[in-house]
Amino acid sequence: MSVHEQFAEDLALYALGSLDGAECHALEKHLDGCASCRRELELLRGDLSLLALTTAGPKPPARARQRLMSAIANEPRLPVAAPASERQQRFWWTALGWPAFRWAATAALVVVCVGLLRQNSTLRQDLASLRARFTDQGSKLEQVNEVVATLLDPDAQKIELVAVGNKPQPRGKAIYQRRNRNLIFFASNLPPLPAEKIYELWLFPANGGAPIAAGLFRPDARGSATVVNPPLPEGVEAKNFAVTLEPESGSHESPRGTPVIVGVGE
Amino acid sequence: MPSADPNAMTSDLALVTAIRSDDQGAMTALYDRYSPIVYSVALRVLQDTGAAEDVLQDIFMQLWRNPGAFDASRGNLAAWLAVIARNRAIDALRRRRPESDIEDVVVSVEHDLASEADRSRTMDKVRGALQAMPAPQRSALEMAYFEGLTHSQIAGKTGEPLGTIKTRIRAGLLALRKVLAV
Repeated sequence: MSVHEQFAEDLALYALGSLDGAECHALEKHLDGCASCRRELELLRGDLSLLALTTAGPKPPARARQRLMSAIANEPRLPVAAPASERQQRFWWTALGWPAFRWAATAALVVVCVGLLRQNSTLRQDLASLRARFTDQGSKLEQVNEVVATLLDPDAQKIELVAVGNKPQPRGKAIYQRRNRNLIFFASNLPPLPAEKIYELWLFPANGGAPIAAGLFRPDARGSATVVNPPLPEGVEAKNFAVTLEPESGSHESPRGTPVIVGVGE
Repeated sequence: MPSADPNAMTSDLALVTAIRSDDQGAMTALYDRYSPIVYSVALRVLQDTGAAEDVLQDIFMQLWRNPGAFDASRGNLAAWLAVIARNRAIDALRRRRPESDIEDVVVSVEHDLASEADRSRTMDKVRGALQAMPAPQRSALEMAYFEGLTHSQIAGKTGEPLGTIKTRIRAGLLALRKVLAV
């Protein structure tokens, strides 16, 4: 390897992302001024990419393909940036002589003018298309906002229908999206809170880890309550949710109070 | 990739160029070609199918949103995607935000990986080099690459001195380079 020998081992670790502390800082300082070590780093990263390519595992499930294609179909495209290589190609004309450059510049100007006229027409069409898409998206967003506003409006009447003759029981519904850490929880028919008590929502991780506090809440006079997007850690798969009755300050480490409602799965 | 696949005839660069023109068919072809690589790398790191699927989705969505991030003049698509999958999976493992944008990842591979046959030949060499390494050397290299451990963490985990870990990792990479040069 054509590299400063005193940095050779650290360079290998750095390529792996395994160098830390003062050694990492010292190497980065050296790399700033050493082209041969920078080149060696690129080669090491290339070698390591081959290590990644050796992993042989099962193919992704068909649902992953479906999920991606649905997401792509539903996502409007933004204007795409040119590739990094194109962005870096500047001052190419400096390789030509000045006469050649003048002719080339004149020809290029004509081509550019024609191109600009065409581009103008295309851009107008794109703009009309984007306006139509924007209007459509705006309309959909308005509908979604109305639905959410209705669901969350404390003044909205929330009437639960139960079998005739049955007394309404405390109920809850948690809608949880692990990927974005979104959680919406609705509860109804909760008993009024005793003095110095509060309800607390808990997320029970699928990996058997400790329950995670997902918000304190008080029901309204009709026993209804909503919890929307409490702070949650990333990527936790939920096995279940539960609501407990806790001291007014909550029990943030683990549920200590009486369970009131627990999930039954879907 | 079976040779009967009609997409096999379309180059990676042509597919990426088509994706820039909003061609969902090209995106499907690219996904079919490289999703096994991305998923395998993510699964190897994360050991969790759901989390590996999230990484897979994230990487291909980023490629769809910004196909210009792949610069064909500075890397091979298979290697580039494998490295991004490894980096993103390590980020997910450490529950941290992605440390680099996909645009910043440059992979300089001097070996021909353009076709499935080329890739398979090179991979046989790499696997051979890994098998030929002493177990502690291979293990240190794999802990650093697939578990994202720092050399101090590896030393702590194995009970070996820091210097030994450094030497093993470099020796492992040198052995890999030597086999690839043949």
